[in-house]
Amino acid sequence: MASFWSYWIIVLFVITLVLITWVLLANRKTGSQTPDKTTGHVADGIEEYDNPLPAWWFYMFIITIVWGVGYLIIYPGLGNFPGLIGWTQVGQYDNRVAEADARYQDLRSRYLALPVEDIAQDPAVRKMGMRLFANECAQCHGDDARGRYGFPNLTDNDWIYGGDADTIKATLINGRIAAMPAWAGIINDQGIADVTQFLLHLNGNTADPAQVAAGEEVYQTYCAACHGTEGEGNQALGSPNLANGIWLYGGSEAQIAHSIRAGRNGVMPAFQDTLSDDKIHILSAYVYGLSDQ
Amino acid sequence: MSANEQVDLQELAPAEVGEIDLYQHREKIYTRKIEGFFQRVRLFSGWPLLLGYFLLPWLQWDGRQAVLFDLPARKFYILGLTFWPQDFPMLAFLLIISAFALFTVTNLFGRIWCGYTCPQTVWTSIFMWLEQRIEGSRNQRIKLDKAPWSAKKIVSKGLKHCSWLFVALVTGITFIGYFTPIRQLLPELFTLSAGMWAGSWTVFFTLATYINAGWMREQVCVYMCPYARFQSVMFDQDTLIVSYDSGRGEPRGSRKRDIAHNELQVGDCIDCELCVQVCPTGIDIRHGLQYECIGCALCVDACDSVMDKMQYPRGLIRYTSEHELSGGTTRWLRPRVLGYCTVLIAMILVFGLYFFGRVPVELTALRDRTELYIVTDSGDIENIYTLHLANKDNAAHQFTISIDGIAGAEIIGATQYEVDGGEMRTITLRVIANPGELSKTSTELDFIATAAANPSLKAKAESRFMKPL
Repeated sequence: MASFWSYWIIVLFVITLVLITWVLLANRKTGSQTPDKTTGHVADGIEEYDNPLPAWWFYMFIITIVWGVGYLIIYPGLGNFPGLIGWTQVGQYDNRVAEADARYQDLRSRYLALPVEDIAQDPAVRKMGMRLFANECAQCHGDDARGRYGFPNLTDNDWIYGGDADTIKATLINGRIAAMPAWAGIINDQGIADVTQFLLHLNGNTADPAQVAAGEEVYQTYCAACHGTEGEGNQALGSPNLANGIWLYGGSEAQIAHSIRAGRNGVMPAFQDTLSDDKIHILSAYVYGLSDQ
Repeated sequence: MSANEQVDLQELAPAEVGEIDLYQHREKIYTRKIEGFFQRVRLFSGWPLLLGYFLLPWLQWDGRQAVLFDLPARKFYILGLTFWPQDFPMLAFLLIISAFALFTVTNLFGRIWCGYTCPQTVWTSIFMWLEQRIEGSRNQRIKLDKAPWSAKKIVSKGLKHCSWLFVALVTGITFIGYFTPIRQLLPELFTLSAGMWAGSWTVFFTLATYINAGWMREQVCVYMCPYARFQSVMFDQDTLIVSYDSGRGEPRGSRKRDIAHNELQVGDCIDCELCVQVCPTGIDIRHGLQYECIGCALCVDACDSVMDKMQYPRGLIRYTSEHELSGGTTRWLRPRVLGYCTVLIAMILVFGLYFFGRVPVELTALRDRTELYIVTDSGDIENIYTLHLANKDNAAHQFTISIDGIAGAEIIGATQYEVDGGEMRTITLRVIANPGELSKTSTELDFIATAAANPSLKAKAESRFMKPL
């Protein structure tokens, strides 16, 4: 807040406070009381009966004024003045997070000490994992972890980088960047069309036999180094299996051809700075457990 | 305003009188003890309620406290039933019914709620009874308050406040016992190991009881209670009120018992002021119906006792209605009462149907937060859902999830789920459908959870299935 507005608020507060106090005190005694206990005010023949409030009501007004002043000295509220105890909403949030961390620290540490495989089916781990997954992973992989276009299904047994516990954990910690180059300048259009036909054939789809033969040659020249001679893929390189009918970016002819032409560089972010070790461990166990279903 | 309508200003000027304080110091009310028919009625109606209040938290049911409102866990146990926050509309409805019942009763019988059952009245009378036992009768108390401080006064006042605080403490602990298990709370409070919240709320309700029933008393009714202030909308000419029969009583005047009062040209009221001395709100009922009157009938008992002594007929002050006072009779069956009763019965019936038709299973369906739909390689459409399946029953159940609304649509993922009693389970799944079966971009889709062993234990959640434009 600019210092002008800060002073503006302070001045407004002080003026209001003084005004309220003055109104309260100045009106304490009223002009008159007639013998018949009316205030003497008459309007259209209607008289105002004097029905005084108890004195403690008056003192409650005083207490609220004192309370308000005290509150604004102790807590923030008066312009930029932070208050004597330095309370902030952010601070309160941090405290609550720290409280929750302290409360669940022991539980999570106990799981951290156990191998991922052993805790994958533990109901408590699955519950915690599900919540972590919903917060951190579901945006891309979907609430049910079955993935979608561009984001792999985590519940099947087809893994791009490997589905053993250590690899899953490594993927979570360091993230992954896929490196499928764009072949548009290297393989000509006919070659790309041929490889596409070969891949369709490899997955048991109908394809043009002449193109399949030509495509296989192109495949063995350019693609087999990473994806293997049989299209079996290579988890060490993160090159997916091209023969099992599972397509990350779609398995239609046009989609396959596009992937070859333009390349693919899917990114899985690294979570080591976002989540603590024990949370990554629990999340790894949850994901590991998903594929066993 | 035209000239001839002008009002003479001088006429409206306030009369000249002395300055007054807008806030007045309370005049302490010393009530005189009285016994009589209506006090016995209060005793017999009050004790079961009081006992119920103090004993209910100690009642056990199936190994847990029978009535417990567990706020942190958001579970509300009443005998064999467990209510969840989702059941709150029922509470709202119940409160509306209660309010309406109060209006109906008020219209018929006046302020009997205030006089006999309101906690403010009940606790105040307990505190007054203690005061009476310790400090003595009305006159003794007035004398004691006027007397200078002495050892006897300190002992007597100290004893009174200790006894008040004791009753207040028991009240406070019992109240908190409805929100936290009382069998743990009690030992924890006395070993000072109770949690901060339980401890501070116990202190709060103890002090609130002590201050309200010991110090505030009638001021709560007169200045703070909204119910007292909107009496006029519920009262009519036939509403039962505590009233002084001025036709019979006036002109009032003191007399000797052996002189027949028709010789003295006076009414039945002997102006003994007993009715004023027993009144807990310090009013004179002979001034007519006043908003301060809580309908407790102490003045009725007081006056009846005097009438008995004077050998006059009872009922100079009595429960009556304005109609009756002006010579007519009270009409009980009047349109207003019938209207109130009809609406009340209708509401109770609706509530009953809702309550007994309540199924202790709750299912909600949330759509995926990011993707509206997914088109698979084969051209089918998938939607992702998160279901929350709450089993509000006490026993565990095996639930089957099914869908309804789209022909040929199937669930991908598990459909069988075991949910423990009182637990909620989060289920993620996706639904796949053939676009040929979807005529609209957004089709209604219902999820249904059915308990395997008990098909009547069933809940439905409405959601939608989306497809590309």
